[in-house]
Order: sequence, then C-alpha cells, then structure tokens
Amino acid sequence: MSIFRRLLALALLLPTLAQAETFVFTAIPDEDESRLQERFGKVADYLSAQLDIEVQYIPVKSYAAAITAFRNNQVQLAWFGGLSGVQARRLVPGSEALAQGYEDQFFKSYFIAHASTGIEPGETLTDALRGKTFTFGSKGSTSGRLMPEFYLREQFGAAPEEIFSRVGFSGDHSRTIAQVQAGAYQVGAVNFAVWESELEQGKIDADKVRVIWTTPTYPDYQWTVRGDVDARFGEGFKARVREALLNLKDPELLASFPRQSFVPAANDDYGPIEDTARAIGLLDD
Amino acid sequence: MTVLAAFYSRRRSSARTLNGVCLLLIAVALLSLLGADIQLYRVDPWQELSRIGLGLAQPDWRDLPQLLRAVGQTIAFALLAVALAAPLGLGLAMAFRFLPVRLLCAALRSVHELFWGLIFMQLYGLSASTGILAILVPFSGVFAKVFAEIFEQQAPEPAQALPLAAGPLKRHLYTLIPQAWPALVSYTRYRFECALRSSAILGFIGLPTLGFHLETAFKQGQYSEAGAMFWAFLLLIASIRFWLRPWLLPLYLAAAVWLLPETVGFSNGGYLWRFISEDIWPTALHRGDWSGLLEWYRMMFSQQVWPGLLQTVLLTQIALVLSGVVILATYPFASRALAGPAMRWPGRFLLLVLRSTPEMVLAYVFLLLFGPSGLPAVLALALHNGGLIAFLVANASDAESGAPTARPDDPKGLKRYAYIETPRRFPAMLALLFYRWEVILRESAIMGILGIATLGFYIDSAFEEIRYDRAFLLILVTALLNMLVDTLSRRLRRLARTDSVRCHS
Repeated sequence: MSIFRRLLALALLLPTLAQAETFVFTAIPDEDESRLQERFGKVADYLSAQLDIEVQYIPVKSYAAAITAFRNNQVQLAWFGGLSGVQARRLVPGSEALAQGYEDQFFKSYFIAHASTGIEPGETLTDALRGKTFTFGSKGSTSGRLMPEFYLREQFGAAPEEIFSRVGFSGDHSRTIAQVQAGAYQVGAVNFAVWESELEQGKIDADKVRVIWTTPTYPDYQWTVRGDVDARFGEGFKARVREALLNLKDPELLASFPRQSFVPAANDDYGPIEDTARAIGLLDD
Repeated sequence: MTVLAAFYSRRRSSARTLNGVCLLLIAVALLSLLGADIQLYRVDPWQELSRIGLGLAQPDWRDLPQLLRAVGQTIAFALLAVALAAPLGLGLAMAFRFLPVRLLCAALRSVHELFWGLIFMQLYGLSASTGILAILVPFSGVFAKVFAEIFEQQAPEPAQALPLAAGPLKRHLYTLIPQAWPALVSYTRYRFECALRSSAILGFIGLPTLGFHLETAFKQGQYSEAGAMFWAFLLLIASIRFWLRPWLLPLYLAAAVWLLPETVGFSNGGYLWRFISEDIWPTALHRGDWSGLLEWYRMMFSQQVWPGLLQTVLLTQIALVLSGVVILATYPFASRALAGPAMRWPGRFLLLVLRSTPEMVLAYVFLLLFGPSGLPAVLALALHNGGLIAFLVANASDAESGAPTARPDDPKGLKRYAYIETPRRFPAMLALLFYRWEVILRESAIMGILGIATLGFYIDSAFEEIRYDRAFLLILVTALLNMLVDTLSRRLRRLARTDSVRCHS
C-alpha cells in the first residue's frame, strides 16, 4: 500500500512543483487547431525574446477552460473570443484587454443555409427560417453563438428554440459548415473568417450551402492580461507585453491566429458584447 | 408495478420473472419512443461521410511523436488511476455493509468522468492531478461496488471456519480476498480497459491524451489525422492482453509517473475553498435574497431540470433496450462456439471497433445520416454499449466452449444460438446490461451536438457559461437519478444472478 500512498501524494503535489516565474499564455484559434503546441510554441519564443523572461504556451480545449486557467492564474495572458474575454475580465478584477486582431475591430457572422431550403440571400433574416433546423457553433463562441442569437432575437422577437424546430451546438465553426453542407442542419451561424478561408480552400460546395445573411460588425478576439502581472513580473511589464504583441509582424506567427496584425484594444471596446451577453441571459448581473 | 410485485414474490419462477422484467423494459422503451425526441430528416451526407471513410482508410501518421506522446499519457493516466482506485475500492468494499459507505460510493460513481474532470479542473487547473483524480474518484466507487458483490458471491464456509473473534478485516484478509483473488484481478484488468477509454475521453476537455487530438482533428474535418488517432487507440485496446503483465507493472507504474505531463504555471492557491464556499452556490444565496433564491430554483427546475430529466430518461430507456438487441445480434459472430474459431475474428474486430469508438464520434456519423434528433444519440449509445457487453458475453461463451459439459451431439448454428448459447448467457447478459444502465444514463448526457436538451447538455452549458451554481445543482440531480437507477438495477441483477448460478451449476 505504501507505494500507492506515495503515488497519491505525488499526484496531488504535482501542481506545487511548477516553476513560479514563468509567464504562461493560452490561445484557441477560431480555425485549425492542429499542432497547437508547435505553432504557439513559436509565439512563446517570440514573446520570450521580447520580454526577456521564460514564456510558455499551454493548449486548452474550450473557452471555458481558458477562462478557468486565467482565473486560477495558471495563465496570465490569453487570446480570448469577445464573450470569453468579457467573462474572464469579470472574474479577474483588474485584468485588461491589451490588443485585438486587425480583423476583430469589425468582425461579423454569416448565416448559412442548405440549398434545399430555397432561402435566398437578403437584407434581413426571412420568415422562411421559421421551423427549420438550426445549429450554432460552440456554446461560448461570440461569432458562432452570442451575436447570431442576439440578431435572431432582435429580428424575430423570440428565442431561437421558438423560431426553429431544433437548435444544436456543433461545437466548432468548421463543423457547422460541414453539417449544413450535409443537410444535417438546414441553417447555421458561422464565423465569417472561417467561412472565407474554407471557401478559399475549396471545402465548400456553393451548390449545396450559401450565405443568406451577414450580421452587422462587432468586436471579437482580443488579448487579455491579468491585472497583477506588474506586481509579479516587474513594473511596466503589462506595457511591454502590449508592445510586444503590437509589434508582432512575422506572418508565420500571425497565421496561427489567423490575423493580419494586432491593434490596440481596451476593455470598453467590449461594452457592446457585454450588453448583448446580458440581454440574451448568458451573463448574470 | 406488477413486475415489482412479481419481483418480490418468490413464488413465481425466476425465469418467468426475468421474462417479465424484460417485457416491462421493452414496454417502457416503446412508450418512451412516443415521448422521445426522435425524427428523421432528409440529408445529403455522402460527401462528408466519404471524407470520413477516406480519412479512416488513409490515416496520416506524419505526426508520430505527438501521437506516441498522447498514447503514453493516455496509458499513464489510466494506469496510475487504476493502481490507486483498485486498492481504495477494495478498502471501501470491505466496509460496504455500512450504508454511508454505500451512499458515498454511489455518489462517486454517479458523476461522469468528464464532469469530475471539469470539477477538478477548477481546483487543480489543467494538470496531471486533474486527469488522475477524474478517473480515480468514480472508479473507486465502481471498484467498491463490484468488489463487494464479488465478495458476496464467495462461499461462506471458509469464513465460518475462522474463530468467532476474527473481525471483518481478518475475515477479508484470510478468506474472502484469497478466495476471490482471480475474480478481483480479472475485474481490475477489465476496468483498466475502461480506464483507457476514460483517459482518452478526458482529452475532450483538454488533458493531453488521445481524445485531445482526436476531437480536434475530427471536429475540424481533418479525418486523416483523426483516423491515425482512432487506429492507434484501437491498437492500444486490442493489444492490452499482450503487454499488461503483472511482473511488468512496477516498471509501467514508474514509467507512468515519468510520463505524466508537466504542469505549467499552476500554483495551488486555495481554489478548493473558493469553489466549495462560493462558486457552486447561487448568488442569491450569498446575498441572502430568499425570494431571489426561490425564483432561481423555480427557473432551474422548470427550464432545465425537469425537461432535461425527461429527455435523459426517455433516451436512456430506448438505448437500453436497443443495446440488448445489438448484443443478441452481434455476440454470436464473435463466439467460438457459434462463429467457429477462425470466423469469429471479424466479429471480434467489429466489437472492438464498437466499444472503442467514442459515442460522440458515432453520434456525429449518425447525425450526418439521419439529421439532428434523439435517434443518433440512441443509436450511438446502443452500438457502443451493446458492443461492449457483446464482447463480454462472447468471452463468457468462449470460456465455456471447451468445458466438460460440451457434448458431441450439441446442436450447431442457429439452433445452438437459440436453444443453448443465448439462454445460458441471458441472465449474465441482463446483469451486465443493468450495470451499463447507469453508464448509458450518464453518457446520454453528452449529446449536446444533437440539439437534444438532456441533463448533460445543461451541465455542459453551465460549465461553458461559467455558472458553477447551475452545474452543481444539475450534477446533483443527475447523481440522484443515477443512484435511483443503481438501486433498481441492483435488485434486478440479484434476480438475474440467482438464475445464472442455477444455469451454470
């Protein structure tokens, strides 16, 4: 039995063995999550060189996991979606949005439909959507859930479950496209950037699935840093992190996100996202 | 109710009671069909399905180091968790006659590994501790229950021969454990296979096991990479009996500790207390706002708990009966006596595929085929669990095929299936099915992609929305439902066992 006890002790002790003064970040890109460690390891190397401190990347699987890691100080910097950033900053007072992708200043979502529905592209969402089957992306996604749901409620004055005969959560933008293309769901909402990139890669059959409506623009992904990093890593550390992110120009590194560059951002930029989340009941007061 | 009455009355023969139980389950499943959310849609899945097929046929092995690391960590979590859970379970099994112990064990195993994982992630971050505990905790409860049942089945005479002064510990150490040793070891071995599956699945929530890469590749349509992960996992499960040797265990355990992923950047700072004292309680409670609290409970019950409970139970009942159908239809193809020593290999391979493919993957394929409803969920649950039990049933049949009870004039083929094998296997098969009942119930929870609002769908949403108060309430309800089903299935299993003892003796 004693070996078991030792092993148990070992397992429970492991968290405390971690090095204390490593700056850790996490990121989930909105498409292509393959080889995360390798791709974002390079981003870590870049930050490490700029900040003159050991920087590590840890991969996470969901926005919720990223928020938890951020809240528990397992990571100090995270590449969040619009909604997950708002949630994280609410849980960690003092934390700050540092930079967003250039594209994230005017992000948008597409509503897409299978050709068999006969729904034509239009200026608004049509009544023809009623009674169809519909899928969001992942539950915590800004572009795949929050904003589409907001505009559905705004235009129909009803919850998605009342508009559609069935509402699913595909879990991922690529999967939303695949499912609507296969007719498994008739309509879906998807991140515009993922759609454009899959279109370019020839993964989308225009005879089967098409965009029927584009949402107005909204702010999305951003880098958020904990408020206590200056105290932990030295005065002015936060400013240096922002500097390093804004100066990131290497196309290979930017392709991991994928964004063309990073531009400054502030917490207030995400006020509309927070209001929306509250309006559709994803945030409590 | 009539069946429950029959169940308690010992006057009727146990075979007739068993029939009654089966008929009742089938009737309940048929009734559930009326209420369950099952529908067919016209779909156009062939492009996507052919891409999946192509990916499976042409797996992409280019990223071998990553694959091997994932395999290593999948084994490491499973091995360490079982190495800790088995002795813990044994200890609990020795005290199983105490109601609090039984309740504790029921509570531990009534929460799905994935949900344990999500809970421990709040406390230990993404770390080796989270992975090990997520398997260790529910498995200890399962070990305790099954070990206690194995002890119950042992002949009482050796224990009676001990001096009266010998306490329960001595009775276990000197009689029950040695008597039951082969059964204990064999169950632990089987459980290790389950642990490998759980360990792989934990990748879905971010631990660095096979499921991590499988889910990523699969959901983003990189089917060749997913294919490689899938085949690697199949190979891992299929080869267990070749590499899991008792004398190699110390070596493996040492390697497992070494292989555990390094925990990055996590310093444990009292999150446990914050979690227990704040996170899992509704904010209205913190504020002392009683009417707000009442409103919160009313909202949760009317919008999530009751609808979720109903869909969960309906789907579970249908999946349960359908699993039985899958077992009866597939086990003969994997059994030596029915399919023949050589021809059973394709059948065994089929069962390997069924039990090793995560339900989520099966559910996705059926979603493409039939559109979103309860149907893909039910099929996925039935095939996975049916395949698992059929494998155990076929093994039991093989174990008996060389036995002295075999007669040269035993019938062959269909007659043997209908009149010898199936009746002999049936009680044990039912017992296994009742075991899996709880599991099916737990797993019906993770079908959110199908747009079916089961309890697990709401639990998953609550974690995703960082609303641990909701998650806690829903997990509590799920756990209570599980305990109820567990009690019921325990009673039903007793019945099946008395019968099976008779059949085998």
